Amino acid sequence: MKKLNRRSFLKGGLAGGAAIAAVGTSKQALAGTHNFGGYPDSMGVLVDLTKCVGCRTCEAACNKEQNLPEPDKSFDDPSVFEERREGGLPRRTTEKAYTVVQKYDVPGREHPLFRKVQCNHCNEPACLTSCFVNAYKKTPEGAVIYDKTVCVGCRTCMVACPFYIPAYSYSSPTNPVIKKCIMCYDTRLKFGRPPACVEACPQEVMTFGKRKDLLKLAHQRISDKPDAYVDHVYGENEVGGTAWMYLSDVPFDKIGYDTHLGTQPIISYVKEFLGMVPMVLTIWPALFTGFHLLSNRKDAAKNEENKS
Amino acid sequence: MNSLKSQGFAPVVSDLKKDGSEWTVKEKIMLGLSPKEYWAVQLRNPFNWVLWAIYAIGVPILVGRFIFGLGWVTHSSYDYPWGLFLGWGLFTMVPLSASGFMMGTTVELFGRKDFKSIERLGLLNGLLGYLFAVVFLQVDLGQPWRLIYPMFVSLGPAAVLFLVAWHVATYLTCQVAELVPAFSEWMGFPKAKKFIKSIVLGLTIAGIILSTLHQGALGALFTYAPGKVHPLWYSSPFQWLHFFVSAVFAGLSMLIVVSTLTKWFMRWRCDENYLSNLSKLTLGLAKGASMALITYLVIKIIGIAHDNNWAYLLTGWGAWFMFEMVVGVILPLIFYTMAVRNSNASLARFAAILAVFGIALNRLNTALIAFNWQLYREIPHWRELVIVFTVYATYIVVYRAVLARMPILYTWKEKK
Repeated sequence: MKKLNRRSFLKGGLAGGAAIAAVGTSKQALAGTHNFGGYPDSMGVLVDLTKCVGCRTCEAACNKEQNLPEPDKSFDDPSVFEERREGGLPRRTTEKAYTVVQKYDVPGREHPLFRKVQCNHCNEPACLTSCFVNAYKKTPEGAVIYDKTVCVGCRTCMVACPFYIPAYSYSSPTNPVIKKCIMCYDTRLKFGRPPACVEACPQEVMTFGKRKDLLKLAHQRISDKPDAYVDHVYGENEVGGTAWMYLSDVPFDKIGYDTHLGTQPIISYVKEFLGMVPMVLTIWPALFTGFHLLSNRKDAAKNEENKS
Repeated sequence: MNSLKSQGFAPVVSDLKKDGSEWTVKEKIMLGLSPKEYWAVQLRNPFNWVLWAIYAIGVPILVGRFIFGLGWVTHSSYDYPWGLFLGWGLFTMVPLSASGFMMGTTVELFGRKDFKSIERLGLLNGLLGYLFAVVFLQVDLGQPWRLIYPMFVSLGPAAVLFLVAWHVATYLTCQVAELVPAFSEWMGFPKAKKFIKSIVLGLTIAGIILSTLHQGALGALFTYAPGKVHPLWYSSPFQWLHFFVSAVFAGLSMLIVVSTLTKWFMRWRCDENYLSNLSKLTLGLAKGASMALITYLVIKIIGIAHDNNWAYLLTGWGAWFMFEMVVGVILPLIFYTMAVRNSNASLARFAAILAVFGIALNRLNTALIAFNWQLYREIPHWRELVIVFTVYATYIVVYRAVLARMPILYTWKEKK
C-alpha cells in the first residue's frame, strides 16, 4: 500500500477518508501516533565535517550546475570566510548561492572547522507544509523541489524553514521567486546520480546513498572511532529527520547548528490550530444561532403571546 | 467643515434638498457644496497639507517599488522575510479591524439595539482595515498579480496562509454586504437594503466564524517558526487564542479611538443621536474590552506557565515583554475598569489609546522585534517606512471620504 503522508492525507479529503475506512486495520489509519518517517528508499547525503578543508569546490560545482550568476569573489578566494552579514553572522545561502561553506575557529582544534550549508531536504519540510499554493514537493528520491511558476512571493516558507535556507530574488521586479538547493533533482537525482557538489568534492567529505544506509554508515563511523566524532548524527532526528546528515568532531552547537530544534517536524506545532479549524466551522453556527435565540427569547415570547 | 456648519451649512442627510428637489449623485459626492466651495474647504484643511506632503514623497517611492522590485524598498533580508508591510499592515491592522464582527455580533446577534448608532462605524472600521491590509499585502507580495493563485490556480489547503487568504477574501465580501444598507440609503436603492436585512443573521454568524479563524490563523502562522519567535511571544497550543482574544479588545479599542476622532474632527457630520449616545456607548465598549483584556492577561500567563517560560521574565527580553504587558494590557484594563465604575468616558478613551498601542507593539514584537531573537534586529529601510505611511494615509483618506458622505455617523432620513 502506498504510504500516506500528512499532506496527501489532508488533501485527499473524502477519498482519503474512504480509503482509511477500507483499510481500517492498517497502521497508518491508527491516527494520533503516526508520524511520516520519510519515503522508505529516499536518498540522502552524509557530510563528514572532519574531512572538509574549505576548498569551496562544491560551491563552484553548484554554481555551474544550477546556472547561477558569477559570484562577486572567485571560488578560490578564502577571504569570503571572514565575511560577516548583519549580526556578525557568517555567510548564508542567497539567491546567487545555493550552498556556502562557513569557517569556524574552534579553540583547541588544530585546524579550523568548515561547514557546508545547503538545503537539508527534510523528511517533512516546513517550507512545503507552510506553502499556500502547494509549490513545494518532497520527491520519493528525497529532494525538496518547488514550482516557481506558482510562487506568489509570500515568503512564508522562509519564515518556516528552521535552517534559514530559502532565499528570494528580491532584486527582480517582475518575476521574483524562491531560490534554494533542489539536490540537483532535475539534472541528476532524478536519474539516480549524486548532486554536483557531492561528486565534485576532492576530499570525499560527502557520501551519497539511501538515507537508511547512510544512517547505518554514520553510526558505524562513530562506533569505529568514538574519539574522532561526537556521538550525534545531526539530521537523523532533527525536525523529523533530514536527507542531509552531518558528522562532526566538535559539538554541533559550537559550529552554528541549532541543537534546540526538537525531533518533531515543524508542522506538528501548527496542528493544534489546523485541527481546530473544522470544529469551529461546524460548531460555531449552531452555538451562535443558539446565543441569538437565547438573547432574543423575550421578543420571541412576546410574539407568541400576540399570536394567541 | 466644523466651522462651516456653525455658519449654518446643512450637510446631506436625505434624498431631498431643503427646497424639495432631489440631490444628484454629483452633489452628494461634493457633500452638498458647490464645487468651488468644496475645493476651497479641501485647500483650507491643514490636515490635507500633511497628506499632500506624504504623497509627494510616498507616491514616487510606491511606484518605484513596482518598477525596481522589493529589493529597492527593503533590505532584501533572507532572515527577516517579513517586514513592516506585513508586521504593521497585516498583523496589526487586522486585529484593529475586529470591530466589524464585534459590533455585528452585539447588535444583530445579541440584539443589543442600543449599540445601533455606533454599529455602522464598527462595520466600516472593519471593512476598511481589511481592505487596506490586503493593499499592504499586495505591496509586500513578490508577485501581487498572482494573488488569486491560492484560490483557483494551485491550492495548498493544508497551509495556514491558505485559510487566511480564503477567509480574508470571503470576510471582505461579507463586510461589504453588511455595509450595503448604508450605501443603498445614500444612493437611493432601497431594495438592496431590504435584501441584506433578510440575511443579516447569516452574515453576522459567518463573520464570527471567519473572524475567529483568521484572527487566530494570523497567530498560528508563527507556529511555523517555533524556534524563531521569542518564547514569551510564542505558544504552540495557544498562539491562535492569544491572537484571537487580543483582537477582541483591539477592535473595540480602535472603535473607541476612531469614534473619539470623529467626535472631534467630523462633528459636522455626526447627528444628535450619535453624539448624545457616544459617551454611554464608549463605556459599553469599554466594558467589553475590559473583559477581553482580563481574559487575555490570564491566558498569556497560562501560556508562560504551560511552557515554563518564567525564567525568561528575568532577562532583557522579559523586561521588554513586561513593558508591553503593563502598558498595553494591565494599564488599559485598570483604566477601563475605573472608567466603567465612574462612568468616565474620557478615561475609557485614554485606555483605548493605550490598548491600541499595546496591540501594535505586540504584533510588531511577534513579527519583527522578538522574531529571530537569537540572531539580530532588523531595522526597516527608510523607503519601507515611507510606503507604510503612504498606504496608511490613503486608508485615512478613504475612511474620511466615506464618513463624510454615507450614513455612518448619522441616520438617513427616509422619504415619507
